[in-house]
Amino acid sequence: MKNNSSDSKITKDEDIVMSNPFKAKSHWQLMWEEFKNHKLAMGGIIVLILLYVSALFAGFLTPYNPNERFSEFPNIAPMQIKIFDDNGLTAPYVHPIVGQRNMETLAMEYTVDQSQQIPVNFLYKSDDAYNFLGLFKTNLKLFGSDETQIFLFGTDGLGRDIFTRTIHGARLSLTVGLVGIAVSLILGLFFGGISGYLGGMVDNFIQRVIEFTLAIPKIPLWMGLGAALPQDWSVIQVYFAITVILSLTGWVSMARVLRGQILSLKEEDFVKAARAAGAKSGRIISKHLIPNCMSYILVNLTLAIPGMIIGETALSFLGLGLKAPAVSWGVLLQEAQNVRAVAQYPWYFIPGVFVIVAVLAFNFVGDGLRDAADPYH
Amino acid sequence: MLNFILRRTLIIIPMIILISMISFLIITLPPGSYIDSYLANLQQMGGEIEQSRADTIKERYGLNDPIYLQYWKWVKGFPRGDFGMAFSEERPVINIIQERIGYTILISTLTLLFTWILSIPIGIYSAVKQYSFGDYVFTFFGFLGVSIPNFLLAIIIMFVGLRFFGINLSGLMPVQYMGEPWGLSKILAVLQRIWVPVVVVGTAGMAGLIRIMRAEMLDQLRQPYIQMARSKGVDEIKVIIKYAARIAVNPLISTIGWLLPQIISGGTIAGIVLGLPTLGPKLYNALKIQDMYLAGTIIFFNIVLILIGTLLSDILLALVDPRIRYD
Repeated sequence: MKNNSSDSKITKDEDIVMSNPFKAKSHWQLMWEEFKNHKLAMGGIIVLILLYVSALFAGFLTPYNPNERFSEFPNIAPMQIKIFDDNGLTAPYVHPIVGQRNMETLAMEYTVDQSQQIPVNFLYKSDDAYNFLGLFKTNLKLFGSDETQIFLFGTDGLGRDIFTRTIHGARLSLTVGLVGIAVSLILGLFFGGISGYLGGMVDNFIQRVIEFTLAIPKIPLWMGLGAALPQDWSVIQVYFAITVILSLTGWVSMARVLRGQILSLKEEDFVKAARAAGAKSGRIISKHLIPNCMSYILVNLTLAIPGMIIGETALSFLGLGLKAPAVSWGVLLQEAQNVRAVAQYPWYFIPGVFVIVAVLAFNFVGDGLRDAADPYH
Repeated sequence: MLNFILRRTLIIIPMIILISMISFLIITLPPGSYIDSYLANLQQMGGEIEQSRADTIKERYGLNDPIYLQYWKWVKGFPRGDFGMAFSEERPVINIIQERIGYTILISTLTLLFTWILSIPIGIYSAVKQYSFGDYVFTFFGFLGVSIPNFLLAIIIMFVGLRFFGINLSGLMPVQYMGEPWGLSKILAVLQRIWVPVVVVGTAGMAGLIRIMRAEMLDQLRQPYIQMARSKGVDEIKVIIKYAARIAVNPLISTIGWLLPQIISGGTIAGIVLGLPTLGPKLYNALKIQDMYLAGTIIFFNIVLILIGTLLSDILLALVDPRIRYD
């Protein structure tokens, strides 16, 4: 967060009260202290940091390429890395998968061989070269093994590693909300700002538009727009199109909150003073009013992101959003569309757990921020 | 009062026109049309199709006209109940709507009731026992309900039903009841399954409602009239239920405005995952194969349902809350 006028205003106040032993704290400091007491919100922050960091280092943390198929290993159950064996603590190992020909059906069958222990190699050099943070190419992976494949979350019907795909999927799924929210923020700031500040006819019109947008059910609208995306678009194009679709309804709540805040703030003395000093409307909105609404905007942002993550996941799940070869949580959950498949291979559902955890974490953080946004109560 | 209802109803008309425009815009966005792919298919199958026949079909549905004319051709049938043809099923769209809108309304209404019946007592409890263990538990489950996407919850419930109880919860009734006349056993069979979409969609809206109810209740409990009642020795249960809760419930009626879009929205995706005979799955299929009039009409009806629900809630609010002014 950049320094804004409310901050600098308080800094100036601080200069005045320097002689005072009770140092004045800034709005953000007060907010942070309040926020720290909210245990669920702090937990949420930690979970989110972990998720985003693993998305960033997905290439290093996961043993394979997300679209690599091990066609000989379809629907393998999740494998555990164990550190205890019959003799107590030992170096991390896995039980390997071994293939055996079923002499009746003559098909190869793969099972986990409990009798063998294969040590896991850490900082393993794999065949899969990836771009580390887009800086340089490397094939160093956190873990791997020469003698067996390691599928922590199991594999899907095509023999792709679900762990690798889930962590890589976080990249699209977790950023779609951020990009979408940026678009909503711009729209919301603009319309909410002028609506609250100008009032009258403009306000009336924008309010009607907002009410109308709120009455439109999101999923049918998103589905309609998602279906309209050309089939031959690239992943990047579809990705940005989806963020725009999600923001079409997302800006509304932002605009509402902002309008309410600005309506009450614009009667304050410092705004009147600015106007008396000859400041233009655009300047008053952007330099005086919006910075003072910043904490409410932040709360609203945080609470809007989970809706967007769910939106992307739902659209991709239905096949109207991102499509393979793109890897997102929604795309992965397409495998779970058939409940009989899930009943047989419950690990298809693991990407769904990630969706729930991420959304829950955002909601907790948003709730903590909401409580903290008004530290003067 | 009558004047208020009349005026409030009249506002809906321009809204409906606007909705029809938006619905039409959405369905004309995708390049190509069902007719195009239908003709391409025919040609692929070896059926030598003359250009003249393709033109006749396009002419009949006005697909060569400019967009505003196409729109006009579509909406001018609305007052007669003509919403165009569902190409994929070769029958009027209105028939499909008639078959399915009842279930959509039924499930939406049940969901609304379910959400209210659970969140009002929970909200009251959470306010009366603020910061108690129960308050935190309900808050947590409320958050969990918001955080599980509807389609995931639907899959989880179906998974649990199939894996641990060996029952198939998809659809609204077992296959053998389809097309059968309504009888006691059919109603029972439907009751066994209809709770799934109601719970799936209802849990998503519950947290918001509990929050509002709790805040309203806390607000009321601080009012002087509550102190007054207590000091007179009124029974505490009575103070909570007959004094505070009665007032605190009023604003909840106005939440229909945002709850209903959420229910229709969640119901659409739950309907697709659960395979319900509601409008949702038809919309999904229609969008996938570009059956434009069917898709447009379903989107149109979804929004109209919400408008009517909001209208009813406004009237209800005016009836129960004498503080609302009619002019």
